[in-house]
Amino acid sequence: MSTAQLASAPPSGSTIARAPRERTNSWPLVDRVGYWLCWTVGISLCLIALAIVLFMLIKGISYLRPSLLVRSPAPSQVQSQSGGFLDPIEGTLLVAGLGTVIAAPLGVAIAAWLSEYARPAWLARTVESALEIIAGAPSVVLALFGLLIFAQNFLGFLSQRAASGAVYGRSFFAAGAIMAVLALPLIVGATREGLAQLPDRLREASFALGRTRATTIRRVLLPAIRADIATGTVLGMGRIIGDTAIIRILLGAALTIQPVGHVPLIGALRGTGSTLTSYVYENSPAGEGNAPQKAYAAAFVLLLIVLFLNGIVTWLTNRGGQSERGGLSRAFRLIPYWSRLNGP
Amino acid sequence: MPSRSLSYTRRWATGRTDRRVERSLGALAVVVLVFIVAILATVLVKAWPSFSHNGLSWFGPGGNVDTQIRAMAESKPLPGHSIYYFRAWPLIWGTLLTTIFAVLIALVVSILAAIFLTEFAPPPVRRMLDPVIRLLAGVPSVIYGLIGILVIASYIEHHVISEARKASVAYVVQLNGKDVMTATLILTLMILPIMVAITANAMAAVPLSWREGSLALGVNRWRTIWRVSLRTARPAIVAATILATARALGEAVMLAMVSGGRGFAPNLLDGITALFEPVRPLAATIFENSEGLTIPALAHTVYAIGAVLLVSAALLSLSGWASKQRLKRYGIRA
Repeated sequence: MSTAQLASAPPSGSTIARAPRERTNSWPLVDRVGYWLCWTVGISLCLIALAIVLFMLIKGISYLRPSLLVRSPAPSQVQSQSGGFLDPIEGTLLVAGLGTVIAAPLGVAIAAWLSEYARPAWLARTVESALEIIAGAPSVVLALFGLLIFAQNFLGFLSQRAASGAVYGRSFFAAGAIMAVLALPLIVGATREGLAQLPDRLREASFALGRTRATTIRRVLLPAIRADIATGTVLGMGRIIGDTAIIRILLGAALTIQPVGHVPLIGALRGTGSTLTSYVYENSPAGEGNAPQKAYAAAFVLLLIVLFLNGIVTWLTNRGGQSERGGLSRAFRLIPYWSRLNGP
Repeated sequence: MPSRSLSYTRRWATGRTDRRVERSLGALAVVVLVFIVAILATVLVKAWPSFSHNGLSWFGPGGNVDTQIRAMAESKPLPGHSIYYFRAWPLIWGTLLTTIFAVLIALVVSILAAIFLTEFAPPPVRRMLDPVIRLLAGVPSVIYGLIGILVIASYIEHHVISEARKASVAYVVQLNGKDVMTATLILTLMILPIMVAITANAMAAVPLSWREGSLALGVNRWRTIWRVSLRTARPAIVAATILATARALGEAVMLAMVSGGRGFAPNLLDGITALFEPVRPLAATIFENSEGLTIPALAHTVYAIGAVLLVSAALLSLSGWASKQRLKRYGIRA
């Protein structure tokens, strides 16, 4: 037996012994109906996803013009004069960037504490359940809370003040901070999942070399789970980019970026604007613009971003090979994290 | 002995850094904990006036909820009532209808899909279905809403609802395709991926020997799956259902776009027609009234709706987490 043959053989234990094709002839009728229902459901899910992607692709190609990507939205009843969605794209990047920058270090730190220290135990359990609650909290409610917090007087420097001194509370800062709350459970979840999969001998070897727990975390454990942290961050970014409720409530209905003051980046962050999601919403029949073509074009760009992030997650998680569990990809196992923590 | 004292000093020093790192990481966790508690507390405090003015009738039926919200937005109390007068039943009923229907459909479909994915799908099909489910999980709700409002709602309006049906309720509501049916269908698609993922992960983690034992006793594949794999994964299915319910409760944008946007409580005794009547779930109500939060009465009411959602989602999240703990009894981490 040559090595080539060995390499081409499936790794032992990676596949469940499986008949080439299920023989259902001998099964009772009920069982056969169940079997075919499974096939129907599986195939229809594929078809639905295909239909969504194809539909958005057709609409996107027919309505997306390069000029839409470089022009700012303009208020106009006439479709050809209402501009493109340059500002929403910038807004999406701004919110996603700010949210990730806040959530990633915080999430990794909390995950490290929860997995490696977790003392006292009652505190760790409380933090865990609090994260669980926040992961399940509807994003509209988080946005309501954000509006309340950022309208406080001492946080006025993060948004803008009316002449009367009242704090507006709506800004990219506010949206980014609340988005960080949205992404936090994902990052904590993915990091903890990674830490839980590291064998204990890695930690023991490091301790045996005289390293402290803190150094072990920083020099051994975190570098070993870089891919997991990146996965969590990308998933968090995807969740931030896809959220509309927080944007609509914490940025208002303005479509163009309206900076406050004259400092370039800080001014934009203190001001309001829009993102692709709120642009789609405003231009859908449900919003005020009612320009379905623009909505389709922006939604197509949004879908491309989501597909791109999806691709990154697949790439990041597949580098370690498929997981041995029934051939499901590791990225698939992370789906529950997309909407909540719910980790091990 | 310089070297010994040096090493002693170093160990002492690093030991102190280690404790400091532990403390600062713990402090960060506490900060986040305080923040989360603050979210719960502020929303509840801000919601209190609405609850205290209405008492438990807040949850009950009474009058037109849209008129009540408009009265608050215009700061003109309804005759004979305080400005806080609010009866949320139509909104709660709308939430219950869309959530329960969507979760029931998704429960059946997700179990079948999970069985297919872990047991029957040939590897090429599985490799296709796996990213498909991840894609469905990742599509932003506003895109689902856009497709719902422009494609599904108009299809239902023009091809599914008959003119006679429209005429039969024309004096109460207008049937325009934005209704319980559309909302439920899209909501089902949105919660499906989580349910499939949790169920399939648990089923894939059932020890092979248990299944083999059943097969060796001559039980056919389908019954083995049904009696062994699915039975073992039952806590995960319960967890998936609970978590998907929380997700469906909190969905605002898609529902604001396709559910019809009217605080109307369809009567299920009307049969199929009820499914074509508009509703407006709680989360969508918050979303649609977010502009009016500078008006105190409306703000308190909106925060009260938020508090109801937050508390129910929190309870669901915690019970979902608790129900998954039972899987660990079988030594399964899913």
